[in-house]
Amino acid sequence: MKADPKNVLTGSHYLDGNYACAEGAIAAGCKFFGGYPITPSTEIAERVSQRFPLLGGVFIQMEDELASMASILGSSWGGVKSMSCTSGPGFSLMMENFGLGIMLETPCVLVNVQRGGPSTGLPTLPGQADMMQARWGSHGDYEVIALAPDSPQESFELVIHAFNLSEKYRMPVLVMTDECVGHMTEKVVIPPAEEIELLERKYTDKKPGEALPFEPTSDGVSPMIPIGKGHKFHITGLTHDYRGYPVINAETQEKNVRRLIDKVNMHADEIIWLEEKDVEDAEVVIMAYGISSRVIQPAVAKARKEGIKIGQIKMVTVWPFPEKRVRELAGKVKSLIMVEMNYGQVFLEMDRCAAGKCRTYLVGHAGGTVHNAVDVYNTIKEAVK
Amino acid sequence: MSVKVEELVREEHPMEKLLRMDRIPHIWCPTCGLGTTVTALAAALEQLELDLDNVAVVSGIGCTGRVAGYMKLDSFHTTHGRAIPFALGLHIARPDLKVIVFSGDGDLISIGGNHLIHTARRNVDLTVICVNNFIYAMTGGQVAPTTPITARSATSPYGNYEHPFNLPLLAASSGAVYVARWTALHVRRLTTAIKEAITKPGFSFVEVIAPCSTLYARLNKLGSGLDLMKFYHDNSVIRHGADLKEVDIDYQSKIAVGKFIDIEKPTYIDCMNEGGKRAFGDKYKPYGGGNGGN
Ligand code: SF4
Repeated sequence: MKADPKNVLTGSHYLDGNYACAEGAIAAGCKFFGGYPITPSTEIAERVSQRFPLLGGVFIQMEDELASMASILGSSWGGVKSMSCTSGPGFSLMMENFGLGIMLETPCVLVNVQRGGPSTGLPTLPGQADMMQARWGSHGDYEVIALAPDSPQESFELVIHAFNLSEKYRMPVLVMTDECVGHMTEKVVIPPAEEIELLERKYTDKKPGEALPFEPTSDGVSPMIPIGKGHKFHITGLTHDYRGYPVINAETQEKNVRRLIDKVNMHADEIIWLEEKDVEDAEVVIMAYGISSRVIQPAVAKARKEGIKIGQIKMVTVWPFPEKRVRELAGKVKSLIMVEMNYGQVFLEMDRCAAGKCRTYLVGHAGGTVHNAVDVYNTIKEAVK
Repeated sequence: MSVKVEELVREEHPMEKLLRMDRIPHIWCPTCGLGTTVTALAAALEQLELDLDNVAVVSGIGCTGRVAGYMKLDSFHTTHGRAIPFALGLHIARPDLKVIVFSGDGDLISIGGNHLIHTARRNVDLTVICVNNFIYAMTGGQVAPTTPITARSATSPYGNYEHPFNLPLLAASSGAVYVARWTALHVRRLTTAIKEAITKPGFSFVEVIAPCSTLYARLNKLGSGLDLMKFYHDNSVIRHGADLKEVDIDYQSKIAVGKFIDIEKPTYIDCMNEGGKRAFGDKYKPYGGGNGGN
């Protein structure tokens, strides 16, 4: 299905990453936004509150982030595309109901404009240190999908993509941007509505009494049950069977959690999105995501100019982690480098998958500013030795 | 007149239409006050002759939180304290449905207290049924924000010394347009209150004083659940329209019950539409729910 032209601001704009996220959500057909103000994500909520009234959407500023996340799950079960955004401490507060969203297999999108942490940390300065929280922040075992835009243009595009993934895999999807991308103003080209492909929710075609909210399917994703159509279904955050009924034993737990894990892992190749450059004959491959994938460019260009065979991988998706690709490369290259604004979160995954087959390097720091190109360059020189 | 046994045996449970019979027997203890409260909800829904396809129930966590799992309605068992914001999202997405939040005092008033007051403030069209048994039951009988002073619990073993909340006052002062309190044994009056609450546009709050037989009654040596249920009933004083500052509940004291508040006020969606018209005039289309026609 194509986007509704009413919702799409087709044309060239000068927008910051946060406004671009809002425009992406609106173009994707989002009609409910429950949010709570927090720096540096607030402009997303502001833009949505400004645009929704004439588009038939509802923006509501909830009393806190716990409520924001809970409200978007409720509205999603009401059949409406729903989103929230947050930063820093707000992301921690949302983890409780993010877990409920995972457990109830509820499509929705959550944008985290990352700032420096822990705690109140650096409200107005960037960080990328919520990446492991994105992966494991809610208690229990599950898989997530997380995207990391590097620009306002990508913020627009990836929020739409996140909505599509959330509907396709019936789960909350994270967009992990950061303060730099959120507050950076650049040209954003919004295409005509007919060029924006939207995936609609798959609902059961079974009759009331026959449809199960967590029916097993060959692709691991159960179609949803519409509310108000006589299905009289039940869903719970407790471990549940295919009917959605709580069953508190190890066997049901195994099936329930396996479904949450398998539905992402089964489709990992399809979900994982990497942009590779000069990797084929590389001796060193540098990996980065979000703003860091742009910050490394001068250092990489200088190294290549000097004849260093360096390739790069920009991770558009960070979770699920591109395990297969990293294992492959580790057998071929001298070194793998991860550049991220934290002290080694996604690096740990890269290092694990490299499994000692090549050297691994982290260019990391605690956040507050982007990387110094010199640090990146020096690490490349070290890695190629 | 002699009645044959077969005549007394009914093929179906009288509430079969509204209960998930495949989940019965329930987990609740004998003589728990929750049973009659659920009966009152079922009776209210039947008497209102609502299309049950258009009624949804949302619960949080706790003994009362299990209600959603037993009602044969579209039903949601959510996280501890978050039933109200989940229900808010559901209601805004589908304002044509009747959304009922059914949960306990620990869930709605303690961990969910912030959501309760703000959703009442906004006058969101939800019906909240709060079963108050003065204790955290599911986790083993700990002190609650409703536990009367001197009552014992697993975490107030020498008697509670904190001031409890007065729930009708809390709900009314936060903005609820309908507030009532009954005990679990006032089944007929409670049914009427639930009917009125469901019919009322805006945020309605019904407190039900119910015995927790296994924990509250036992820890305080108050006899069986049935004894306590009778005690609450017999010690209640009907005071419709009472001054809510005077409806506090002391330990084993008189309990003021009745319909306290029943007023008219524009709902959240009414106000949103009003605001939209104010800002945009005819360009604004009143919100109708769903995906906005997309
Ligand atoms: S523990 Fe108390 S509240 Fe819970 S079911 Fe038993 S009697 Fe009822």
